[in-house]
Amino acid sequence: MTTTSAPTRKRKTMGMNRRPGFLTYGILIALLIGGAYPLWWSYVVGASPTSVLSQDWPPLLPGGQFWKNVAQVFDTIPFWQALLNSVIVSGVITFSVVTFSTLAGFAFAKLRFRGSNALMVFVVATMAIPTQLGIIPLFILMRQFGWTGTVGAIIIPTLVTAFGVFFMRQYLVDVIPDELIDAARVDGASTIGTFWHVGVPAARPAMAILALFTFMMAWTDFLWPMIVSPQNPTLQVALSQLQSARYVDFSVVLAGAVLATLPLLVLFVVAGKQLISGIMAGAVKG
Amino acid sequence: MTRTLGPDAPTSPPATRPDRAAGLTFRNKLSHLDVKYSPYLYVAPFFVLFALVGLFPLVYTFVVSLNNWNLLSGPGEWVGFGNFVKEFNDELFWNSLFNTMSIFLLSSIPQLIAATFIAAVLDQNLRARTFWRMSVLIPYVVTPVAVALIFSNMFSQEGGLVNHLLTLIGMDPIAWKLDTLPSHLAIAGMVNWRWTGYNALILLAAMQAVPRDLYESAELDGAGSTRRFFSITLPSIRPTMIFVILTATIGGLQIFTEPRLYDAASVTAGGAHRQFQTTVLYLWEMAFQRQNFGRAAAIAWILFVIIVLFGVVNFLISRRIASSESRVISKRAKRKLDRQTTDMR
Repeated sequence: MTTTSAPTRKRKTMGMNRRPGFLTYGILIALLIGGAYPLWWSYVVGASPTSVLSQDWPPLLPGGQFWKNVAQVFDTIPFWQALLNSVIVSGVITFSVVTFSTLAGFAFAKLRFRGSNALMVFVVATMAIPTQLGIIPLFILMRQFGWTGTVGAIIIPTLVTAFGVFFMRQYLVDVIPDELIDAARVDGASTIGTFWHVGVPAARPAMAILALFTFMMAWTDFLWPMIVSPQNPTLQVALSQLQSARYVDFSVVLAGAVLATLPLLVLFVVAGKQLISGIMAGAVKG
Repeated sequence: MTRTLGPDAPTSPPATRPDRAAGLTFRNKLSHLDVKYSPYLYVAPFFVLFALVGLFPLVYTFVVSLNNWNLLSGPGEWVGFGNFVKEFNDELFWNSLFNTMSIFLLSSIPQLIAATFIAAVLDQNLRARTFWRMSVLIPYVVTPVAVALIFSNMFSQEGGLVNHLLTLIGMDPIAWKLDTLPSHLAIAGMVNWRWTGYNALILLAAMQAVPRDLYESAELDGAGSTRRFFSITLPSIRPTMIFVILTATIGGLQIFTEPRLYDAASVTAGGAHRQFQTTVLYLWEMAFQRQNFGRAAAIAWILFVIIVLFGVVNFLISRRIASSESRVISKRAKRKLDRQTTDMR
């Protein structure tokens, strides 16, 4: 994380400036095919009757019944309800994580208070703690409150992440000069005013990256939503139910997998560059 | 930048308004309180929520693990460490630990090597740089559930794509679902497919932070590209590699989705003979199928300790490497300096 501070690119006349040869592009094309082919194959089979799988040669081009298979997906699982649940769950978690991380990150980066160092050490230490393993008491509590089967129960355990606080703190500590905070104070701005007029504008790029990754994490989560709310599923849980439903063809399952991947593919096309710069800026898994 | 302070920030010095001196001291007091105590309000939401939904469940897991506790009938009698003893004597627990480690090693080691290689390929003066970076990230947008469904079909024993291709080139089909090693390879394959490009981009960022002059002077000294990679690139990105290994460990030891959905036909979670039942999958089965919350909580705590131990060991090793490395580098630099000064003479 510390190594990725803005790379100064000095590409002069030598070595690294050379355009790489065919071998490099050959490798890259092979990687592209390897990354895209399983998806393409799912679409090919998802748009065909299952019988294509018993042909002599594996199919290369999609058949014409993608929408027929999709219709069967809709018959088998509550697709739209699940999509809506996923949007709500991921949206609320993202909003909550970004808000509380920015608040705490700002305080840790730019405000002086007793015990701040100890508390920050605590945050860093908890980043490595697998909180996912707390599912048993969480389930006991949710059932006691009668919340199982609700989106609220899916949301609650991920309302904050230690990583978010750490990420915002690391970003803000370099981005806002201390003099600016002092100047605001001398001018009589309250702490909340300083946060709102200095902290938030400066934090915006990092907030966007954190939002993107938090959304991805919430959207792809499977274990906890499956345990606490199988009857009112998120998209991932509904998709898994498609596989375990009886009398469902391979091709229908794969049509469902393709369909469920579409929202993230759209996100990828729209925000792919931000995703890459986020990963490269040291945004990590989760 | 002062623009961002907004129009309501007072600008006139207080001395010009002596009639409001009394109000000012009150305001000063307020502002003093604000400076001293409001930071706690900013960090409080995180700590309160984290304590409630992150830490408390972990502690409570330990309490549950000390009791006989059924999913339906609730807490039974206190058994001390009985649940832990049962787990340590249960073959199925060790089986799950073996499967977890095996899948973890099969996914992390090849993945790290491949990601480093891909990062090195991307760390060149490419045309359409962003396009290639995006292309290695495609698998990342496919969710683990969708990946598991797709790979489960591709590795299916009857009519699956992989076995189809194997028979086409004249090889025997492989029992990808039934045999231990093939099923581990397939599950590790899912993890590798989704994460290699992602980790390659992290390592690429580290590679780009290496000063280009280093490469240039090495090239002037006659070092080939392979030599430059092993002598300059690899040592420079080592801290990032350790970071990647650490996150891969925390995630890899908790693998659940992929083995859970790998074989829909199997009644037992994790294969007919539990040949790919990982520890979290075992935990889930214990809690929600065998309905034994006490033992499931004990499994959660054992796994928790294992993961934390891995993290600590990782941290210690990386610190060791970092400190010994800086010593080596300074020694080397000193020698080089000596040589240069003798050359000059």
